[in-house]
This record gives sequence, C-alpha cells and structure tokens, in this order.
Amino acid sequence: MSEAKIERKIDRSHMTVTDEVAIQITAMNKWFGTFHVLRDINLTVNRGERIVIAGPSGSGKSTLIRCINRLEEHQSGQIIVDGTELTSDLKNIDKVRSEVGMVFQHFNLFPHLTILENLTLAPIWVRKVPKKEADEVAMYYLEKVKIPEQALKYPGQLSGGQQQRVAIARSLCMKPRIMLFDEPTSALDPEMIKEVLDTMIELAEEGMTMICVTHEMGFAQAVANRVIFMDQGQIVEQNDPFEFFNNPQSERTKLFLSQILGH
Amino acid sequence: MAEHHTAAFVRTEILPEQAPPVSEAGIIRWMRENLFSGPLNTVLTFVGLFIIYFVLKEYSPWLRHSVWNAGSVGECRDIVTAKYGEGATGACWAIIRDRWNMFMFGFYPRELYWRPTLALGLLIFAAAPVLFSESRLIRMWVLGVVSVFLMVAFPGLDVPNGDTALLAVVLVGMLALAWMRPWSLLWLTAVYPGLAVWMLWGGSAWGPTLAMAGFVIGWLAWLATRSFGTILSVGAAVLAPVLWWLFGMAPVQALLDASLPAAIEGVRSEKFGGFVLAVTIGVAGIVLSLPMGVVLALARRSDMFLIKGLAVGFIEFIRGVPLISLLFVASLLLNYFLPPGTNFDIILRVIIMVTMFAAAYIAEVVRGGLAALPRGQYEAADSLGLDYWKAQRLIILPQALKISIPGIVSTFIGLFKDTTLVVFVGLLDPLKGITDSVRASFEWKGAYWEPYIFVGCIFFIFNFSMSRYSMYLERRLQRDHE
Repeated sequence: MSEAKIERKIDRSHMTVTDEVAIQITAMNKWFGTFHVLRDINLTVNRGERIVIAGPSGSGKSTLIRCINRLEEHQSGQIIVDGTELTSDLKNIDKVRSEVGMVFQHFNLFPHLTILENLTLAPIWVRKVPKKEADEVAMYYLEKVKIPEQALKYPGQLSGGQQQRVAIARSLCMKPRIMLFDEPTSALDPEMIKEVLDTMIELAEEGMTMICVTHEMGFAQAVANRVIFMDQGQIVEQNDPFEFFNNPQSERTKLFLSQILGH
Repeated sequence: MAEHHTAAFVRTEILPEQAPPVSEAGIIRWMRENLFSGPLNTVLTFVGLFIIYFVLKEYSPWLRHSVWNAGSVGECRDIVTAKYGEGATGACWAIIRDRWNMFMFGFYPRELYWRPTLALGLLIFAAAPVLFSESRLIRMWVLGVVSVFLMVAFPGLDVPNGDTALLAVVLVGMLALAWMRPWSLLWLTAVYPGLAVWMLWGGSAWGPTLAMAGFVIGWLAWLATRSFGTILSVGAAVLAPVLWWLFGMAPVQALLDASLPAAIEGVRSEKFGGFVLAVTIGVAGIVLSLPMGVVLALARRSDMFLIKGLAVGFIEFIRGVPLISLLFVASLLLNYFLPPGTNFDIILRVIIMVTMFAAAYIAEVVRGGLAALPRGQYEAADSLGLDYWKAQRLIILPQALKISIPGIVSTFIGLFKDTTLVVFVGLLDPLKGITDSVRASFEWKGAYWEPYIFVGCIFFIFNFSMSRYSMYLERRLQRDHE
C-alpha cells in the first residue's frame, strides 16, 4: 500500500465535533440475496465528525456508506439522517440525497456534460437555483478545488485527480451537510492521490461532517477523529486514530494493520 | 536496464518530435498494406480488378446508350438501333421523364402537386432547428438547397394565383430566422404535424388544428393537476386529450366549420402514391416510433411488474410477427372489429402499424444503450437527489441514445424501405405499385430495369442521407477527446 505523504501541518483545533447527531444507525442489517453483508450495525455520527472506515475488501464498508444515502436498501433496523428516517418513501430518500454528498471511486462524472454543467445540473434541477447563480456557485467551488480553468472542458479531457476534484466540487454545489467518500483515491495514480487528499483535508478543516471509506492510513491519522474497522459485515473496532494505530485491541485489527503498514 | 549502461545518466533536454520516414506514409504504403500485403491478397486484388472490368464491359454500353427523350419503349429501341447499330442495347430513361409525376405523386391531383412539395420543403425547415441545431453552416446549406429546390419547382406546379412571390418572401424570412434565431423555428416544428396533415389531405383546417389542440389540453390538464402527485397528473394529461379527441372535437369542429369555414380541396388517401406515400408513411413512422420506442425501453427496465410485463409482451409480440401480417390486420381485420360506418383512414392505419413495428425494434436498441451505461451514472444521478424522470432525461437517456444512434438509424432506414410493403394492402408504393401501373400502359410495356433502378436510386439518396446524418451526429456528440 502506497501512502501519500501529507506534508501540510494540519490544524485540528477548529475541527470541532458538536453534540448534534447527524447520522444515527441502529441495529441495521442488510442482505444481498442470502448473503448477510451487514450485521447489526450501530453507529452514531455527530455533526463535524470525520470518520474513516477501514477494513479488508468485502467487509461491507462501501455497502455501509451506500446505505446512508439509500443507494443500497437495508432490510432491518433504522437509519436516520439529519432527522429523516430512510424508508421506502421516495420523498424522504430524495430529501436525504440532496443533503448528503457522495464521492465515488470511479468519479462518475457525467461525460456528456461540461465540467460546469456537471456542477450546476443538480442545483438547477433539484434546488431550482437560477442558472446564473448556479454558475457562480459552481465557479466558486471549482476555484476551491483549484481547477476553474477547466470549467468548459468535458470530463474525458481531465486527468483522474482533476476528475475526482470536480466530483467533490459537484457534491459541494448542493451545499450538503454530510459528505460520503467511497474509496475516493483508489482509482488514482500515486501522483494524483495527494491533490485529492488535500482537497478533502481542506473540507475537513472547514468542519464538514465526513465519512470516508479509504485505505489512506496517513489521511486517517491526520484528519479523522474516529477510525472504524470493519470485517465480515460487522464493526470490529472503533477508536480515535492514535489509539487505533498504536494500540489496536482486536486480533483482526492487528493483522490488518500489520499487513497494510508492514512495508 | 541495459547492463552496459553503468554510468549514471540525466537527460537535460527533451528530444523534439520528428516526421516519420517516407516509407511510413503516402499512397505506396497504402497500396502495399491494403492491396499487395501477401501472395493471397495480391491474387485477390487482381481477381477483383477483373470482376470490375467485366461488369463495366458488359453494362457500360447499356448505360452509355441511354435514351432520355422518347414516347415509348419502341421509340427508345428505334433510337438505339439507329444510333448504335443493330443488336445494340440502351437504357430507356425516357420512361422516368415521361412518368416522373406518377413516380413522385401517384394519382394525387395534378393541380395540387404544390401541396406535398411545399410540405416536404417545410419538413426540412421544421426539422432543421432540431437536427442541425449546433452548426449554422450545415443548417444554412441544407435550408438553402431546399429553398432553391422549392423556388425552382414551384413555377411548374400550377400554384394558385402564382404565389411564387409569396413563397419567396416566406422562405427569405425563415432563412433569416434560421440564421439568427434558429430556436424560433421550433414554433414551426411544433405546428408542423397538423400543418402537414392539412396540406397533404386538405379539407377543413379546423380538423388538424383541433387535433393538435388536444396536446395543449393534455399539457393544461397536467399543469392543473400537478400538485396532486405524479400518477394523478400523468393520468389527467393522458385522459383529457383522449376524451377531447373522442367526444369533444367533433361538435366543436362542426361549430367552427359552420361559422368560420376554412377548407381547402380535400384529397382522399386512395389518391396518394409514389414517393409522396412512401415519405408520408416513412416520416410519420420515424417521428412517432422514436418516442414510443424510448418509452417501451424504459418500461421494459421498470421495476413495476405490470408495466414491465406489458412492455415485454408488446415488444415480443410485434417483433415475432412479420410486418406484412400487421399490415393485413390494419387493412382487413380492423374493418371487422370497428363499428360499421367508421371511416378509419387506410394510411393512418398503416402508419400506426409501421410505427408499432419500428418502435418495438427501437425499444430493444435503446435497451441495449441503457444497459451499456455504467451503473455509476445511475448512482451519481441518484446521489445528487435527481428523481427518476429527471435522471432519465438529463443523465441516462442523452448517453444511452447516443450509444444507440447507429441501431436507431438502421431501424429508421429499415422502416423507410418497408414502406414499399404497403403495396400488399392496395396502396401504390413507388417500387411495385407505381412501377407496375406505369408498365401496364401500352407505351412502356417491356421497360424492366429502368424504373427499378430509378426507384432504387431515390431510396438510396434518402437512406444514405440518413446514414451520413447519423455519422455526423455521432461525431458531433463525441466527448472523449478533442
């Protein structure tokens, strides 16, 4: 596992965690057919928390965060996001989705639209923002991710790292209160991982509530206030990053850490 | 790393790009690679050349001895014999010249030829803002050619009161709009269906107007019920126009016809023939089958069992049955089922059948395009909070339809060629219906190849245009690299 060095000194002082609950998951279970993929998940995320979910592949970590915006449906238990419970009620689902931003491993930009159109599409059609205002917001976030000059290009003309930063900006244009990251750097060349992580760190410094599935342990150490380790569809261990990396409790966690940090 | 490279090495300048060697470019290389790349290919090249030579040698005299001016097949033969000696053969294109109007218009009344001609010209104007929205150059070229065609054709078509001057004014106005504000021509696109029906079949202008008004009524019904939920408003938007067409339209039309008569000379469907018939059925089928096919494709991928079942049943049934049997159903069986005395126009019936047939194929082509999209596109649309219809309209369909363009256009080309099958339900298609009736005349009995070659050429022009347009569209929508 190659790790991007995080050179910037990160100031955690104003990454404040509040008492307000952002996400509440209680006794949640999910099956793919007969396969029990998530088992009795209980998780509370407060506003302002930066949570990193780690674990071997197939442990259900992606499925867990995809349940939070109902890209996957859970079969039992309860998920409450920002006070709205996720049920089969489509109105609630659309409401939650417009409040929760998601960044995917493969970016999933819309290849037939320009970068600017990618960013303004949801604000215009979901939030009914006038086009001019949506354009301004989009340019603001493009500058924030440091690629305003690419606004009129198409996604296919950008590098992977640039595409992922556009994807982050696209989510931010909806002014989400929670951001989900599903292995955002796993499909990137080593040279591009850093630029994406920098963007995510900036977001964390501004107090965004974030849940990241990632293998970037350097990022976890630097930014997360809680690391969750999953295996076989269950939460095996959770702790603050210092304790998690220096003093893991379960045998499974120790094995995992020795394998990814060993060389 | 090569072993002899022991010394450390740092490059200080980047090498410039160089042109490839001569043997890597030019016609010699092309011929070596494509025609003479090996013994087998060399032999095949020479066999191919011989076949081309043989075909040219056999048939070029027939083409070179073409006769363009004659009154009958016999005259043609006499001219060829006189010019090129006994036993010489020659194509007799005079049949096309003599029966041109028959091929184009069938038995459409001669004094009304200007109406289908104008309808065809306006079709291009109505389609231009949709088909050529991005390139002013192409748009103006196409519309310019159409305008010239109309201006040249009109003086010979007995237009009432010599309205060529009026036509010129209208054309110049529309060309100016197409140049400066192409989107304003969308108004023409919107009213064109009613306008075309009126111009082709004639009769009261209120019929097509009120029929088109049904769509406005549907839209108003949707607006009025929008706040009560999707299912209700869609239901209202479908039900209101259907009720209007079935019950509301006839009395209103009778009232308007009595108080404000606006009728032009009517033409019955039996008079349609030749390319007027083929283009009418073809264009209507193409325009109607695309949206129907897209809806069927979406329905087939629906999670709702009933909707999916209906779509699968429809598609599989229509694809499983030959088009001709559908046309027979349209022409014969429908008469038994409909209440006696109903006059359900034969061309309309054929258009409905051809549309359903093409829509079933388009549905499968589009389904392929939908399946080819990565799941991530659906997930990204969902995660941004777009509802199903917005996600389909803004994200999924633009990409799926782009992938499906070659298949869709193939279906359109097939549909257009299949319009010749209407000969089996007694309509005069250009290929067999018109050709047979032309050859039934005393003068042109015995002309065999010429009418078929001519009709084939016209079909080729239409279909090749569609094919080239689809390639242009694919290039225009190319987003991968620029």
